[in-house]
Amino acid sequence: MSTAPLQRKVEEFLAVHDPSTTDRLEFLRARYDEGLAWVHYPVGRGGLGLAQELQSEVERLFVEAGAPDNKPGHNVIGLGMAAPTILEFGTEEQKNRFLRPLWTGEEIWCQLFSEPGAGSDLANVSTRARRDGDEWVVSGQKVWTSGAQNARFAILLARTDPDEPKHLGLTYFLCDMTDPGVEVRPLRQITGEAEFNEVFLTDVRIPGSQRLGEVGQGWKVANATLNNERISIGKGADREGGMIGVVAQTWRRRPELHTPELHDRLLRLWVEAEVSRLTGARLRQKLAHGQPGPEGSAMKLSFARIAQELSGLELELLGEQGLHYSDWTLVRPDHVDFTGRDAGYRYLRAKGNSIEGGTSEILRNIVAERVLGLPGEHRVDKDLPWKEIAK
Amino acid sequence: MSELDLLYTEIEEDLRSSVRDLLADRCELDAVTRIYDGDRSLVDGLWKSLVDIGLAGLLVPEDRGGQGASAREAAVVLEELGRTAAPVPFLTSSVIATTALLDSDTALLEQLATGERVAALAVPWSAAPDAQLPAVRLEGDRLTGTVTSVAGAIEADVLLVATGSGLYAVDVSAVTVKPLVCLDMTRQLADVTLDGATGALVLVDAEPAVRRALDAGAALMASEQLGLSRWCLETTVAYLQVRKQFGRVLGGFQALKHRLADLYTGVESGAAAARHAAATSAEGDPDATVAASIAQAYLSDLAVRAAEEAVQLHGGIGMTWEHPAHLYLKRAKSDQIALGTPGRHRVRLGALVDLRP
Repeated sequence: MSTAPLQRKVEEFLAVHDPSTTDRLEFLRARYDEGLAWVHYPVGRGGLGLAQELQSEVERLFVEAGAPDNKPGHNVIGLGMAAPTILEFGTEEQKNRFLRPLWTGEEIWCQLFSEPGAGSDLANVSTRARRDGDEWVVSGQKVWTSGAQNARFAILLARTDPDEPKHLGLTYFLCDMTDPGVEVRPLRQITGEAEFNEVFLTDVRIPGSQRLGEVGQGWKVANATLNNERISIGKGADREGGMIGVVAQTWRRRPELHTPELHDRLLRLWVEAEVSRLTGARLRQKLAHGQPGPEGSAMKLSFARIAQELSGLELELLGEQGLHYSDWTLVRPDHVDFTGRDAGYRYLRAKGNSIEGGTSEILRNIVAERVLGLPGEHRVDKDLPWKEIAK
Repeated sequence: MSELDLLYTEIEEDLRSSVRDLLADRCELDAVTRIYDGDRSLVDGLWKSLVDIGLAGLLVPEDRGGQGASAREAAVVLEELGRTAAPVPFLTSSVIATTALLDSDTALLEQLATGERVAALAVPWSAAPDAQLPAVRLEGDRLTGTVTSVAGAIEADVLLVATGSGLYAVDVSAVTVKPLVCLDMTRQLADVTLDGATGALVLVDAEPAVRRALDAGAALMASEQLGLSRWCLETTVAYLQVRKQFGRVLGGFQALKHRLADLYTGVESGAAAARHAAATSAEGDPDATVAASIAQAYLSDLAVRAAEEAVQLHGGIGMTWEHPAHLYLKRAKSDQIALGTPGRHRVRLGALVDLRP
């Protein structure tokens, strides 16, 4: 299906479901049922089995019609990571149960992967899931969970067999965050706010029907999730769409701050930001042509470095004003806006860009090993039973 | 802007493989190195074989005897020429001089398309597209002046000379072409002296044609720099996969892996910038000038970094005359200065995108 028939389908849908008179949730559910939620998903799963790039056209038509959206910024983990993983590994029952309320935003998702002892070495997770009849009983501590306080469900990676080597003893679950054994505590970060949480799991009971993939297959399923994360983080915008736009506008507005040295640094970063934007566009063209791969890691490396250099430059450009900070109060934002708030916030928040979603050091390993074919790191723990690895 | 195709079409990939096959056959790196010792026997035969597959007329419309292709295809050819530091006047004659003549009805354009003649634009190779043009005086019908460091003049039989009253085609027999000893002998420069030379007027308004030609050169040299960078990356990765020290292949050391990962990241970014410059140039996109300067600002430094990393990561052998890495270092460093330094392009961008000093 090309753009024209798809456009007709949206128009027909809008004719039946007038956005101005239809209840918001009813509208979104109907949109899902019509296959206009994410057109690249299969028929019956909110999609039409079309190419992903057609989605932007659909979004444009709904925006033009003044239709309510599913507030994608409030369910980033659900839409970007949980959904594609459930689609790939889920049973029919799981897809029926979870995908529709996920897309409509009725159920927000979070991610329970990282732990205090499992950051870059994610396969080292020690949260235990023990089988108890038809259920699993889960205990452990998770960290860096954004949106946990609002989430109904979580994608969870837990250890089901400590006698196996670390990658083989993991299983992937869909965890109900309303279980009484789930405790969410805000985790305050260097910006002063708590964008993330620690999540303590104490004898949380998960029905066997909420295991995603096979027992012991958790690592493979988690990797599918993380590949989606890396691609979604690299998403671009128009020229000067990101942090560079903020700094460029300050430059234009405040000629009294200009120095030759700052001018050259600004233009270097302007070029880098623009090239990075084009690289993202090129990568998406490659993905649309069915040439996916770990190249997205390279994209994220550039993104993090440029964001950090730009936000540092911005503080120097602002001079005296760069000495100030808006607010250190502990708040729990619903979503992150890298370009929001003041320059000091941007500078501090950008430090996370080279840590979250794979540290830049790990990403360089990924590029070197999976793209360039260079030898892997020495892994003394790889074939040991997990319980024998030094902790 | 991001609607432009930044990948390669099938036709472009076919063109690439025929150029690559030809260069593998005709442009042996040892022979390129011998140019530094004065043996230029490689050049004529190599150029003739490129002409034979129609590359000289790539950018010339079909009704003027050319292939009617676009900057996208020329860029792919340049990527391949960059991979071998090929000592041919494709960029100087088939891109820059040809572009300067696209609005002229001179028969010279047909002759360039068929490879019957080779031309060079008489400006210093370091001139940015917005640089001041050399002052050649027109007295009566005689041209007088000196233009230093001209690229492609040695291979050319006609020079395009800009004056205040038009663009002139001057036969090289009417001028003095003095070859220079250059950092990059694979694109050897020459000083051109006109002492009352006669020429044929090919365009009344020289300046816009020259600027357009230099912009096309800047946009497309980025693809040559991309090809060069890719060669450096691939050759270095291949070497570090086999070279052993301390009982391990060097490519397993994280300090080196990370440098190569960063270089790969740069090369992929460079590919996007170079393809964008070629695509905007091909489309006559209003963003083409900005795209050319972005590409030059980015790829000039990238190519130097790629070549410097190749020399460093090859260790001792990278420092030898025998290993070809130095060909790429010399080409990359010269290209960085050619058609405007990255700093010069950044200043130009500042004016173009309203980020003034």
